[in-house]
Amino acid sequence: MNYVSSIGSYTIMVREVFKKPTKWPIMKSLILKEIDELIYGSMGIIIFISFFIGGVVAIQTALNISNPLIPRNLIGFATRQSVILEFAPTFTSIIMAGKVGSYITSSIGTMRVTEQIDALEVMGVNSLNYLVFPKIIAMFLYPFAIAIAMYVGIFGGWIAGVFGGFSSSADFIEGLQLDFIPFHVTYSFIKSVVFAFVIATVPSYHGYYMKGGALEVGKASTTAFVWTSVVIIILNYILTQLLLG
Amino acid sequence: MIEVNNIHKSFGDAHVLKGISTIFEKGKTNLIIGSSGSGKTVFIKCLLGLLIPEQGTISFDGRIYSELEPSERRNLRQEMGMVFQGSALFDSMTVEGNVMFPLDMFTKQPKSEMLDRVNFVLNRVNLSDANDKYPAEISGGMQKRVAIARAIVMNPKYLFCDEPNSGLDPKTAIIIDNLIQEITQEYDITTVINSHDMNSVMEIGEKIIFLKDGLKEWEGSNKEIFKTDNAAVTNFVYSSELFKKVRQMYIEERN
Repeated sequence: MNYVSSIGSYTIMVREVFKKPTKWPIMKSLILKEIDELIYGSMGIIIFISFFIGGVVAIQTALNISNPLIPRNLIGFATRQSVILEFAPTFTSIIMAGKVGSYITSSIGTMRVTEQIDALEVMGVNSLNYLVFPKIIAMFLYPFAIAIAMYVGIFGGWIAGVFGGFSSSADFIEGLQLDFIPFHVTYSFIKSVVFAFVIATVPSYHGYYMKGGALEVGKASTTAFVWTSVVIIILNYILTQLLLG
Repeated sequence: MIEVNNIHKSFGDAHVLKGISTIFEKGKTNLIIGSSGSGKTVFIKCLLGLLIPEQGTISFDGRIYSELEPSERRNLRQEMGMVFQGSALFDSMTVEGNVMFPLDMFTKQPKSEMLDRVNFVLNRVNLSDANDKYPAEISGGMQKRVAIARAIVMNPKYLFCDEPNSGLDPKTAIIIDNLIQEITQEYDITTVINSHDMNSVMEIGEKIIFLKDGLKEWEGSNKEIFKTDNAAVTNFVYSSELFKKVRQMYIEERN
C-alpha cells in the first residue's frame, strides 16, 4: 500500500514540476548550471568506465572463443553489440543513478532540512519547478553522454583486442561493421532518454519529500539510489520487450 | 491586519490546533508564545499557507485565504515576508543574491534598480559590507539580518518570524528584536513572531498570544502579562527565578 501511495505522490510531483514556470532568464541560468553539474561533471567517470568496460568485453569474448572455426571478427561484433545495446545506456545509467542521483537527493534534501524549500514556497515560487525542472531539461543532454560512452567503449574494446593480441585491427573493425542494425542505436538513445528522466525525477522525489535531519538526508540518498536502479532495470526490460521483442 | 477565525489542524489522530481565533494588528509586533508542542509552528505555517487548516478561516485585510484563486494566493504570498528559525538562506547564493532573489523572481526592474533596493535594505539592517559573502562565511546574527533584509525587500504587508533570535547571544537577540520592531512600525507591517524567548516577550510583545495544547490560553500585551493570574501563563513566563523576582518587584512597585 505504501508503494502505491509513493507512486501516487511521485506522479503528483511530476505534474507539479511542469506547472507555474519560473521566469525564463532565471530558468536559463539554472539549466546551464545543472548541465555543468549533472552532464559535464559526469563525463570523466562515464569515459573512464566505458573505456574499461569495452576493453573487458573484448577480452572476455576473445577468451571464450576456443573453436578455430569461429571468426576473430566476433570480438569486434560482440563488443559493439554489448556496448551499444546494454553497457552504454544501462550500465552507465546505474552508475549515474549513484553519482548524479545521490547529488540530487542530498542537495534537495538539505534544502528541505534547512527550510530553504519552505522559503521558496512562502515567496510564492513553485519550488518543484524551480528545483526539478532544470534537472530534467539538463538530463535531456544525457543521450549525448551515452553516444560518447558508446564510442569510448568500442575504442576501449579495440585497444584491448588489438594491443592485447586477441584480434587484428582489421578483424575487429570488420566485426564492428558486421550485420549493423541502425535501429539498435535508436533503441539505445530511446532508453537513455527514459533513464535520464528517471535519474532526474526519482532522486528529486526522495530529496523533496524527505523528513528529518542530516542523517535522514544520507538515508534518503541511499534509498534514492536503490529505487532509481530498480526503476531503470524494470524499464530496461519493458523497453527491450517493446522495441526489440 | 490578519484575522484568524476558529482554525483547526490535525495530523492523523493528533489534533494540533483546536479552534484558535485572534486578530493580529497592523503596525504591531504580535507574539505567539507557548511551550514546545503547543502548536506554535503549525499555527504560523497555517498563517503562511504552508499548511491548510481543516476548519476555520484566515483573512488578510479582508481576503480569506481559503477562498482565493491560485493566482490571488500567489499575489498574496508576494505580500508576505518570512524570517525562518535557521534563516533559510540559499547556500549557493551570496548575501546580495539572497536579498535580490525575490526582486529577480517577481519584478521586471532593471538590475541597477534592484541593486539599489538591495543595498538600501542591507543598510537598513546594518549590514552594508557583506554583499559578496556566502551564508556560510557570516555569523548567525548576520544571517538573521540577511533573512530580515530578504523578507522586507519586496515591501511586505505581513512579516512572519519563526524564533528570530534562537541561537543568538542575548545582546544580538535584543538587537534583532528591536530591528524587527522598528521595521514593523516604520513600514506599518503586520508582524507575527513565534517565540520562546522571554526577553522578546518583555521587549517587543505589543500583543501576545499564549498557546497551550493547541488552544489559545491567554491573550494580552507585555504590560498585561505582569498582571495576569492565569496559572499556565505565569508558569511558562515566570519559570526562571529571575523573572519571578522581576514580577514580584513589579507587583510591589504597583501596590
